[in-house]
Amino acid sequence: MASQKEVLIDPIFNNNPIALQVLGICSALAVTINMATTLVMCLAVIFVCTASNLAVSLVRNRVPTNIRIIVQMTIISSLVIVVDQVLQAVAYDISKSLSVFVGLIITNCIVMGRAEAFAMQNGPWLSALDGFGNALGYSVILIGVALVREPLGSGTLLGFEIIPTVANGGWYVPNGLLLLAPSAFFIIGLFIWAIRAWKTDQVEEPEYEIAPNGQYKEAI
Amino acid sequence: MAKVDKDSLANTFIIAVFLCLVCSIVVSSLSVTLKPIQLLNKELDQKKNILRAAGMLPADQNVSADGRSIEELFAEFTVRAVDLRTGEYVDDIDVMSYDPIRAASDAAISIALTPQEDIATLRRRENVSLVYLKATPSGIDKIVMPVRGYGLWGTLYGYLALDGDLSTIAGLGFYQHKETPGLGGEVDNSKWKASWQGVRLFNDMGQPQVRLVKQRSASSNPGADYEVDALSGATFTTKGVENMVNYWTGDGGFGAYLKRLRSNALAQG
Repeated sequence: MASQKEVLIDPIFNNNPIALQVLGICSALAVTINMATTLVMCLAVIFVCTASNLAVSLVRNRVPTNIRIIVQMTIISSLVIVVDQVLQAVAYDISKSLSVFVGLIITNCIVMGRAEAFAMQNGPWLSALDGFGNALGYSVILIGVALVREPLGSGTLLGFEIIPTVANGGWYVPNGLLLLAPSAFFIIGLFIWAIRAWKTDQVEEPEYEIAPNGQYKEAI
Repeated sequence: MAKVDKDSLANTFIIAVFLCLVCSIVVSSLSVTLKPIQLLNKELDQKKNILRAAGMLPADQNVSADGRSIEELFAEFTVRAVDLRTGEYVDDIDVMSYDPIRAASDAAISIALTPQEDIATLRRRENVSLVYLKATPSGIDKIVMPVRGYGLWGTLYGYLALDGDLSTIAGLGFYQHKETPGLGGEVDNSKWKASWQGVRLFNDMGQPQVRLVKQRSASSNPGADYEVDALSGATFTTKGVENMVNYWTGDGGFGAYLKRLRSNALAQG
């Protein structure tokens, strides 16, 4: 049985859902264009992932095996609708730009994956911690990506100007690539590289090795 | 606790029904309790967009420079429905619930546009639209009209504000568009939006002829008053915005209404 601390801390760097398991990439590309939406998205995922793990774990002994995925899905979608409705009521401006992606938390592999892989086998407290930890791991990467994209892409951070751009009379020509979703691929790739350089046990074994060319020696 | 066979058919049904019941009660009760706040937010957002286009509310802020709230500022406006075909006011429409954009897709209260008329690529145009008037004792101070037009990736929705002389632009703002961030998306740049202020709309023939240009001509040139600096790297968006402004202030849009208001003002002298 894993300890509480391990369950909470491990997903942040040792077993990061984005960097190691490469899950939840789609929303990481979509919402990291500025910090404000990123933070709201992170909070939403933290809430959904923790609450869904808790709920799934509470009912795990009663749920019939053949409908367990549907049960998890129903719980997750209800929680996501709750988040979306609350956002529309308290943070309308952010919900306007985030609404589509909040809805897509339902299909976020991290939430579903933790419910199926962890909460179905573990107690409520440990499951909630696991959901929280994994959502934190997701948030760390997202905030990191947004920290690169917003300043270099639009010269601001949380809406405050930190690099004066040419369009506003400064000197910095914003890098348009960073405003487009694919740029997050590069940044996440660099993060994965950095984490694996630091924690070398995450480096995957090569799937095959190229055998030395035994034939046609005379041609070389 | 007695051992329950959790995989039995009965248990499957009980769990499924129970779960659906609990989830639907949670979701629907939350949605019902939050509905009034959400509707209020939506309304407030629309008012905010109108005030921003009219230059009465700074971007990113919810109070005006002299500390007045959105509601206070918006109270100075009267909302009227205008028949775009005749330019007359329509009084039998509830302006609070009427949505011109939705009306444009209803064949009974809109018209299909021919490709020659349809410079802003709308396909259909509603017969009746709304105007937001800010009146002073001496006449109209500002007038805000809902506008829309096709850019590069989709339709831009916004508000165009005119000054009291009904031929000078007071401001332009968009509340929804799909233009490329950093290129066409710069339509939201406050510096660029400010460059619309004071642009003249109508030429001597009474037709709108706003142009978005790479290089504004010298201010001595009479054409300079009609020109706005284009957005670099966003030719299609720029073209779309130019067509949008010219369409909605022209005969296809509010042209008839603006002409009527101008001749009224002249008649009152």
